[in-house]
Formats: sequence, structure tokens, C-alpha cells
Amino acid sequence: MSTTTYRAYAHPLWRRLLLTREAAVIALVVIVSLWAYSNVPYFGDTLTLTYLLLDTTTILLIALPMTLVIITGEIDLSVASVVGLSSATMGLLHEHGVGMALACLIALAVGVVCGAFNGFLVGYVGLPSLAVTIGTLALYRGVAVGLLGTTAVTDFPKDWTSKASQVIGSSGVPSVMIVFAVLAVLFILLLHFTPFGRGVYDIGLSSEAATFSGVSAKRTKLLLFVLTGAVSALAGVYFTLRFGSARGDNATGLELQVIAAVLLGGVSIFGGRGRLPGVIAGVLLIGVISSALRLQGVTANVISIIIGLLLVLSVISTPVLARLSDVAARRSRARRSGPGPQTVVSQ
Amino acid sequence: MRTISRRTAVIGAAALTVALAVTGCSKASTGGSSSDTGTSGGGGSSNLNVVFIPKNLGNPYFDASDAGGKAAVGELGGKYSQVGPQTASPDAQVQYINTAAQQHASAIVISANDPKAIGDALTQAKQGGTKVVTFDSDTDPQYRDVFVNQASPDGIAKAQVDGIAKQIGDSGEIAILSAAANATNQNAWIALMKKDLAADHPNIKLVDTVYGNDDDQTSFDKTAALLQTHPNLKGIISPTTVGIAAAARYLSTSDKKGKVALTGLGTPNQMKEYVKDGTVKEFYLWNPTDLGYLAAFTAAALVDGTITGKEGDTFKAGRLGEYKVGANGEVLLGDPTAFNSSNIDKFNF
Repeated sequence: MSTTTYRAYAHPLWRRLLLTREAAVIALVVIVSLWAYSNVPYFGDTLTLTYLLLDTTTILLIALPMTLVIITGEIDLSVASVVGLSSATMGLLHEHGVGMALACLIALAVGVVCGAFNGFLVGYVGLPSLAVTIGTLALYRGVAVGLLGTTAVTDFPKDWTSKASQVIGSSGVPSVMIVFAVLAVLFILLLHFTPFGRGVYDIGLSSEAATFSGVSAKRTKLLLFVLTGAVSALAGVYFTLRFGSARGDNATGLELQVIAAVLLGGVSIFGGRGRLPGVIAGVLLIGVISSALRLQGVTANVISIIIGLLLVLSVISTPVLARLSDVAARRSRARRSGPGPQTVVSQ
Repeated sequence: MRTISRRTAVIGAAALTVALAVTGCSKASTGGSSSDTGTSGGGGSSNLNVVFIPKNLGNPYFDASDAGGKAAVGELGGKYSQVGPQTASPDAQVQYINTAAQQHASAIVISANDPKAIGDALTQAKQGGTKVVTFDSDTDPQYRDVFVNQASPDGIAKAQVDGIAKQIGDSGEIAILSAAANATNQNAWIALMKKDLAADHPNIKLVDTVYGNDDDQTSFDKTAALLQTHPNLKGIISPTTVGIAAAARYLSTSDKKGKVALTGLGTPNQMKEYVKDGTVKEFYLWNPTDLGYLAAFTAAALVDGTITGKEGDTFKAGRLGEYKVGANGEVLLGDPTAFNSSNIDKFNF
């Protein structure tokens, strides 16, 4: 009974699906890919897919935990510095004869520590994450560059580095995507199908209300920053192996690319709204556009202008989309229930 | 019932979209690769297609070298393009190498942001038949066919020593304003300069070497200190672009202007005003336009098979004349260019 009443007032499912940012971004990925397939020479190669995925893996990985952090209304600007620090740590350990497996594990542990430090300052001390992570952005990068100086460690064993750009059979899909797929499923389950995930949204909508309903904002934030640190360090390990080069300045500036992709995917910078499938589509959209434009011979600054405009448009489109679905809902309500109480109020 | 059927319809539509996208993609890949074989067609110089990848875009030095490359490819009747990242990072360069390789460019001419990190991408490009020339900044030798080296250490040292000798009348006290005390290339040049001085200019005495750490203010202060401690100083050599510009700025406002000679390695844009106001007579650097020009001709020679990159191969590089591949697959541009009041306005980098 109550379901029918709800249905009478809610938008139909197709409209709810179509008028979401995720749907728009996913549709854009498909449209741009199809356009590029028929218009851009070489875009149809399997190699394009391989390079596109290899190039976006770092961003894809970090975007997962970053989405959760931004949904709580916080931000982590130190991710790229953690990538650099994890890379430098690996390089330094390898240089001193530590085995590869152990070096990777220690690099991951460094990421966990970095994340925990951010999380402690934000969650337990209560400092604003923007300020904290601007600080740790500089701090972690400084340590990373300090560890290796201007040198790069490059003599990693071939069997490790080749794994980073290996492709599954003849599919063109890099093996590293399996790691990403597993993590993506875990993060989607965590955010969209657990009480913890609902808590993440609650904190983003109202931290106080969340606390009253039994969600520990402190613990949640700490855990999310630790996850971000760990995944960034993992991305650092991948980055190092893919390029066979450990440098303290690896991935400089990557944090903004990650955040741009997350916002493009429909996550609100104010927290409380956004879904992981949209974010993954957002990262892929940027990847597909840059790849197609590069194959067209478009230079980096123009690509960056186009992606910047797209991001601005997507931010503008959020209130427009909300407005559209609002108008549509009001109309259908008016049609179904005649002059209802809302109309009276508005007069 | 009605809602269920609607939901089924939506799911069905979504599934159809996905299926279309997937089949579209697979069709795309076969279509693409078949068109590959059509367009790649080996690398005769008739379809010469050279891609320049500088360290980063918007860098006057690379604008100059790319202009040289463009002129050379134009003379050869080929297709020239210049692509590259906004920031000088190796991972961003890899994307452009991959793209050029996919497009079956006949040659990539690149200034490497990392000697190793772009190696795999270059190797893949080479496997696909693209020739790889590095210029300005080399990779490990196994990743490229030829490195076009801007200058040899001997040439750089000799140009500066001969330059200062000419300006101070081949006798008197001189000093060196270097970058960091442990900078490898600086120290190699200084050692060679000392050798040259001892051998060819016995009346010139090197009284001091100071380090400005490639910092403008430090170099400025060190210049002031040099002039104070050595009142008889007749000349300063600064083999670093930061150092020479700072020293020139100090000299131009001091009473030693025109009395103490200054030379070294500098860029025309930084030094123009000091050459015009008489602080500096002449300084040196390789000419990046010639460097790009030579790199493009080297690439073309590799593509048409004139050279393979092994020692002793020779080829003609347009207006620059004959060149020879040296040890380690290196081609040397030649002696540094001298910049003075007669030619400085022709350069913009």
C-alpha cells in the first residue's frame, strides 16, 4: 500500500536512472568512445585500450578511497606525495639490497602510516583536512625527495617491472586491472552495501546527526585516511614498477587529477553525495578523451583546457540536473493528484 | 506488474547498451589493426613523419630546438609534429611516446625526462619500426638509436677559456663562478679549463673558484665577494646560465663594469641587456635551433637507412654539413656558438 503511494510521488525509475550524474558520465564515456572509434585513426587498436588503462590505473586506484573521503566532506591532497614517498622508499630499500617483496610491503606500510597521521589529525584532533593535507603534501614530498635526492633508482629486476605492464592474453587489458577490479568491488561493497558505507554518507550530510545515530565520525575518518594512504602507496609501487624508476618526484601533481576525476564522476565536494560507478566512469572519461585527442595530435595544453572546461560544465550541470528532475517531479505530481496542497502553498 | 515490466525493460535496455558497446569495441579493434597495416607501409623518406617530444611545452629552449627540427623536416619534405607534456615528467612523456608509436611515426626525436623510465615505451616504439633519436638529454643507450649531443666537455671548456683569454689580452687573474660544489658536469668542465689554461695560456692565473649553487642571489653575492677579495681580477668565467646572469647583473651596476670581463655559458634572452650595455662582450652556448635541425636530419638518415647508429656511419645534415656517428651511437653538434652584440638579436631562447 505505502509503496504505491510512494511510487505515485517518486520519479519513474528510468528517469531517476537517466537524470543522475553517473548515468550521464557513463553515457558520455560510451558516446566519446564510439565517436573516437569511427573518427580517430588507431583509436580502435587494442593497444589504445592497453595504454589507456595503464596510464589511468594510478588515478583509478586512488580515486576509490578518495571518493569515500570526499563523501564524508573531507579531502586528501597528500595522495600524490604518498605515491612519491612509497616509490622513494622502494627505491632506497632496493638499493640497500632488501628483497623486492619486502620492499613493496614496507612501502605499503609507509602509506598506512602516512594515512594514519592524516586521519589522526583530521578525525581525532579535529583539524580541517584541507589544511592538514596541504601540510602533509609538502611534508611527504619533502621526505620522498630527501630520501633519494636527485637520483633515481632504476635497476629493478625485470620480472617485477614486466609484470606491471603485462597484458591478459590478447585482450589488451593489463593484468594490473585485476588488482583494480578486486579493489573496486571491495570499495563498492563497503560504500554501497554496508552500515559503514551508510555512515560515510551520514557524516557527509551532517556529522552531528551521524554521531547521534551512533556513527563514529572519528573512527570512520581515521580508517578512510588509512585506506587512502595504503592505496596511494600501492599506486606508488605500481608506478615505480611500470616505469622501472623510483624517484622522489614521481607522480607530482597527481592529486588534482584524482580529485578532478572524482568530481567529474558526480561526487559532491561538500560531501554526502556520489557513487563509485560514476567515479570510475569519470576517470575513464578523462582517459578516453585525452587518449583520443592525443591520437588526433592535439597538444597537452589544449587537452588540459578541454578537460578543465568539461569539469566546470559538470559542476554547473549538477544544479541544472537537480532543477530539471525537480520540475519534472512537480509536473507529474500536479498531473496525478490535481491541485494538491503544494499548489495552495505556492499561491 | 506494470512496474516489474518497466524495470525489466530498463535492465534490458541497459544490457543491450553494454552489449552494443562491447561488440562495438571488439569490432573497433579488428578494424583498427587492419587499417594499421595499410598506413604503416615501412619508412621510406617519402612518407617521413617525425614526432618531436621535448621535455615540456612552453619552454623557450625547446621552442628553439623544435623550430630547427621543423625547418629540417620541411626541407626533407616530410611531416613534422611536436607534442609533449606540460610538465617535465617521464610518465607524461610516455603517453606521447606510446601515441607516436601507435601512429607508426617514422621517427621520434625526444629529450628524455628520465634515462630509464621512458625506456620500455621507446623499446616498444622501436619494435614497431619507429626510429628513436634522443637530443639534449639522453636515455640509457639501449633505448635509442642515436643521441645527438649538444656539446663535448672539451669543446665547452675550450670555448670559454679561449674567450676569456681574448677578452683580457691573454694575461692576468681570473676566477670561476660555478654552480654547486658537487655538480658533476661543472667540475668536469672546470678540470678541463684548468688543463687548457696551463697548456695554452700560461700568463692567465686562476685565483679562485666560488660556488653560487645555481641560485640567483647566492651567485650575485659571490660575485660581489670575488671582486672585493681580488682587486686585480681581470675576468670571470661562469659556466652556468644562472651564475653568468647574476654576475652580469652585479657587474652592470658596479664600477667594475667594462673593466672586469665576464664570459661563460648563458642564454641570449637572459644576457641580451648585459651585452647591449657593454657589461658582457661574448658568451657561449650550443645553438638549440641547430641541435633540433641536426636531430631531425639524424632521424631522417636513420629512417632512409643511410645510417644505422653504429660508430663510423656518416650522413649529410642540410646546411650544417657532414656528420659522423661516434662511440656509443652519439652524434656531436660541434663547437658551442658564440653570442655577442653582432648576433644576439637573432636568437630567442
